[in-house]
Amino acid sequence: MAETIAVEVARYSPERGSEPIYQRYEVPLRKDWVVLDALNYIKDRVDGSLSFRWSCRMGICGSCGMTVNGVEKLTCETFLWEYAPGPVRVAPLRNFPVLRDLVIDMTDFMDKLAKVRPWIIRQDEKALSEGEYLQTPDQLETYKQFSMCINCMLCYAACPVYGLDPTFMGPAAIALAQRYNMDSRDQGASQRTDILSQHDGIWDCTFVEECSRACPKGVDPAAAIQQYKLTATTEWFKSLLMPWRGR
Amino acid sequence: MSAGSGRLPRPYLRRPSAWWWLGRWTYLTFMLRDFSCVFMAYFVVVTLLQIRALGNGPEAYAAFEAHLRNPLLIVLNAISLLFVVYHAVTFFNAASTATVVRVGGKRVPDFYITLPNYIAWAAASVVVAWLVLRA
Repeated sequence: MAETIAVEVARYSPERGSEPIYQRYEVPLRKDWVVLDALNYIKDRVDGSLSFRWSCRMGICGSCGMTVNGVEKLTCETFLWEYAPGPVRVAPLRNFPVLRDLVIDMTDFMDKLAKVRPWIIRQDEKALSEGEYLQTPDQLETYKQFSMCINCMLCYAACPVYGLDPTFMGPAAIALAQRYNMDSRDQGASQRTDILSQHDGIWDCTFVEECSRACPKGVDPAAAIQQYKLTATTEWFKSLLMPWRGR
Repeated sequence: MSAGSGRLPRPYLRRPSAWWWLGRWTYLTFMLRDFSCVFMAYFVVVTLLQIRALGNGPEAYAAFEAHLRNPLLIVLNAISLLFVVYHAVTFFNAASTATVVRVGGKRVPDFYITLPNYIAWAAASVVVAWLVLRA
């Protein structure tokens, strides 16, 4: 195994140029090093001006999502040796504005996430003295996989629809809406209907399924969207056949 | 955040090219699946024309059949068949993603959602083959 590996990192500085350029660094190739370790090595030992986001180093915080050799990855769980003999090309996540080097502007995602109201909405709150809202393991199972989302935005970077039409609500936001819609303790599905059923919601999705392939946590956002399409269609027919029924 | 906002940095955003679907195998297979609907529509039109020819009597139908023997049409129909089969298979396989059926609180495995589609397809094919080949 070679002792070093070339890492080509996208560098963008709004003050210096209008296009990102790739800068090449030689990094020790160690069996236990991930791409994030290489970036930290560069920042600590070679070039302190390199900017990137990271935090937990264990695939939980969702901060270190980047494009590694053209594929969306959490860099904290992407081993360098998988790309030997190299080079490894690290770029920011696609489809998002780049602020500097590997740092993207996530404002659009955060706005969309808030719009789907990803929290438990109750119409009738129980008094604290009545205890918790209980749930069976089967009820938990219906939404559990969608609750594993860590908001890393790899699915948005992989989604060609979001790239072409940034008004699309996007995979993670819809999957998280479904996570609460399917939660037996939640009573807020009707409050999420308008935002999900509009054209920029589920109907923009053309079912490429790349979001589900990109997800590092095994969430299947494509399934959440297709399932909600079925729900929305059923609800629409019900409201047509039984207009007296409240939404 | 824009260039006109003065002190704020100008973010760099690259929009996908018109050829984005050639950049990844899964994007290409998606585009082929979407494009297959053109061939589905073509087969529908051919079938409608065939029914019209049938209604116009044996001579009109024989003329229609003679048209279909054109080598270019045979090639086009063969390609269309491939696309229609691809469309059907991807559609059946996707059915289990969209349809969640629960029995006794447990989700029915994908296999049991997909299988009836294939059985119905095979049964319909057998009926059509019987109608065509019995003569």
